[in-house]
Amino acid sequence: MSDRAEPAVALLEAREISKSFLGAKALSGAGFFIRQGEIVALIGENGAGKSTLMKILAGIHQPDSGSLYLDGNPIQLKGPDDAIRRGIVLIHQELNLADNLSIAENMVLGREPTWGGPLGLVDRSATVRITREALAKVGSLLLPETPVGQLPPGQKQLVEIARALSLDARILIMDEPTSSLSQQETDRLIEVMEELKSRKVSIVYISHRLSEVSRVADRVVALRDGKNSGELARGEITHDAMVRLMVGRDLAGIERPQTQFGKELLKVEALRHAGSAAGGVSFAVREGEVVCMAGLVGAGRTEIAETLYGIRPMVGGRVEISGAGFLPGKPSEAIRRGLLLVPEDRRNHGLILAESIRGNISLPNLRMLSRFGIVSPRLENRMADDGISELGIRTTGPAKPAGQLSGGNQQKVVLARWLAAKPSVLILDEPTRGVDVGAKGDIYRMIEQLTARGVGVLMISSDLEEVLRLSDRILVLHEHAIAGELARGEMSEEAVMRLATGSASGRAAS
Amino acid sequence: MNRVLGVLAVVAVIYFGLMSSDPQARSPENHQNLERRIGEWGILTLGVGFVILTGGIDLSIGSVVCLSAVGFGLILENNGSPPLAFMVILASGALIGLVHGLLITRLNLQPFIVTLCGLFIYRGLAQLLTQVRFDVLAGGLGRGWPEGSRILRDSSRNIGLSQPENLAWLTAIQKGNLPLGEWTGIVWLDIPNPLVLFAMLAIAAFLLLECGAFGRRVYALGFNEQAARYAGINTSAHKVACYVICSTLAALGGILFLVKVPSAAPASAGNWFELYAITGAVLGGFSLRGGEGSVLGLALGTAILPLLRSLVIFAGIPSDLEFMVIGFALLLGTVADELLRRGSFGKVRGTG
Repeated sequence: MSDRAEPAVALLEAREISKSFLGAKALSGAGFFIRQGEIVALIGENGAGKSTLMKILAGIHQPDSGSLYLDGNPIQLKGPDDAIRRGIVLIHQELNLADNLSIAENMVLGREPTWGGPLGLVDRSATVRITREALAKVGSLLLPETPVGQLPPGQKQLVEIARALSLDARILIMDEPTSSLSQQETDRLIEVMEELKSRKVSIVYISHRLSEVSRVADRVVALRDGKNSGELARGEITHDAMVRLMVGRDLAGIERPQTQFGKELLKVEALRHAGSAAGGVSFAVREGEVVCMAGLVGAGRTEIAETLYGIRPMVGGRVEISGAGFLPGKPSEAIRRGLLLVPEDRRNHGLILAESIRGNISLPNLRMLSRFGIVSPRLENRMADDGISELGIRTTGPAKPAGQLSGGNQQKVVLARWLAAKPSVLILDEPTRGVDVGAKGDIYRMIEQLTARGVGVLMISSDLEEVLRLSDRILVLHEHAIAGELARGEMSEEAVMRLATGSASGRAAS
Repeated sequence: MNRVLGVLAVVAVIYFGLMSSDPQARSPENHQNLERRIGEWGILTLGVGFVILTGGIDLSIGSVVCLSAVGFGLILENNGSPPLAFMVILASGALIGLVHGLLITRLNLQPFIVTLCGLFIYRGLAQLLTQVRFDVLAGGLGRGWPEGSRILRDSSRNIGLSQPENLAWLTAIQKGNLPLGEWTGIVWLDIPNPLVLFAMLAIAAFLLLECGAFGRRVYALGFNEQAARYAGINTSAHKVACYVICSTLAALGGILFLVKVPSAAPASAGNWFELYAITGAVLGGFSLRGGEGSVLGLALGTAILPLLRSLVIFAGIPSDLEFMVIGFALLLGTVADELLRRGSFGKVRGTG
């Protein structure tokens, strides 16, 4: 779409930006502008160049060619601190908070208010005041003294956003700010964004959650292969239009056929861990069934998955796999019984980033690949090649380090490892977070194939669209207890949210 | 692989420097000495390599060498049979490693602290053991204490190697050669047995670490212990195993030390050995962050310090400067490695 809106009133503009990383072209002639008080969503598949373009706008990368204009004047950003001085603040996808410091200490890091002149003592009361104000802007009631390390990812994201707001940003660049937020937190963030917009702050917003984009964006800019692939004005923003601009084709729809489910593969009775509610949780997953655990961040979904898998100690309860008793406690034992977990934190828990794709796929399966403790390179290569082709991992070869792959391809590597391990029950914790549209479709297809083969899937997802699309049954968690269960006919966003926020169960109790 | 080639280049440069420094340096005797020393230190370096791969460290190696040398001598002194003494000392080494590993994995103590305590404790224990009058102790336990008898001597003493006639096999391992030179007539092929032993252990380590499932798991947990746990690896057991291997090899090093010298002073035997071992592993490309390093690199890295020491002697550098030379070598190696790593990382990304 060449007839772009006239950028005469642009606050920040980038023209003809090209950038390569040692030979690999990330951007070739991409353009972008944003007006004052505008929310622009930047969409595109992983690898389309979104993050690179944002990092150039925020001074983290310097473009190879092309120019930047702020208020119509050409500028050169020397670094992120230069950008921040000019009012351009980037919130990173990977959170940049020091876990060992408190929220308040993080909030003022590098610009601590001081007293005592040359002594430069930290002014604690001012620190706390700044922090309170900033947290209030995102509607958070967290105590400024709380160590950041104790916060779940969703809360950390809010702190990160609060910090950027306290820097008096004119232009806020958010790289997937909602990927780790619950529906409720996302709603709050969108309110915050609209409030900022009314205060003439401009927001550049990258997200894979298209439903959110259509809610908040004034304009959508799409990138594909480092170039602009089109723009959508307010009235034109629809899910299908965005997908077309991102992938250049319509995404194949996925319909789960109504199936009869087999016997109970996983049966959980009154499972409790250290942070559980009194009665624990009870549920079952049957052959060929997709059971989704929905709920707000902090509702205790990941904890249940990790307890079953043996990462967290089980305090009480009974678990059966395929009718035989199972005592959670060791991941190796869970793997032996076919209970497998794809963890929420892909980069820290799912993968060894420095290790090759091949080595990551074989890591939990080494026993079946070795004789007398020596790994057979032939068998290992075959397992890796099978995984790469089965899941469509885009790579130059099985020896490529997993850390160099995009989010979607990394997730496929974790999945490939468990496909090779012959799953009986597969637990997927936020399997499509930070994954682009194309890879999402591949992951959905894989879930279809697995269930068709009789595997039971227990999925945790904060993406309601996804939950409604894939689930045969939804367990809604609220404060570490199952607030309700929704069968196929009863599913809707409202029903899930009512249970997740406790309003439904609250009514039942009173 | 690039890194191994880098270490090889460094070894080659130092070697040619040494060869051109003095005709004496080129003699078969000097080569034999170097090879023997590389073998002896290599055994210790190999052990600490396992621990470093897990992201840990072992500072107690020198003290374990000392305690093992003293213990071995004492058992022989009290008429223990050499094979028995050999097995007892290796088992004690394994036990020490087991304790380190359990303290680190069960109580979550830091490897640095645990093995630092070991450094003090084992040396102290070695000193104490040399003061014990075992004959009096045994007599006392058997028949009751004679009046006025004392179990401890006034001070620690050096432990020598008694009954050497029963130790032909050990002496052969320590002092003999692989007689390839004798058979072929090429004097250079008389390889000292310690180097042969090191080579065999290194091959075993190579199979274990770089071809085996064990090694895959150790590299994985060294790079990211959490991810290794999620992949179903019993990270604690693997870590403990690495500490056991390290201390057992240190105990073996202690026995070889006593057979060679053949006398161990409890206050000084094995001093600095842990640092030489760590230096060798780091020069060979092991990262103290864990999860990084190859056995071939380690073997080459082990050679650097003995070569440097020899160079210091033959190049006429005052021997007082030896530590400085070693320190600068390690610093240079680390700086060069970091710069190379930045360069090669970029290349890797570019092709991807």
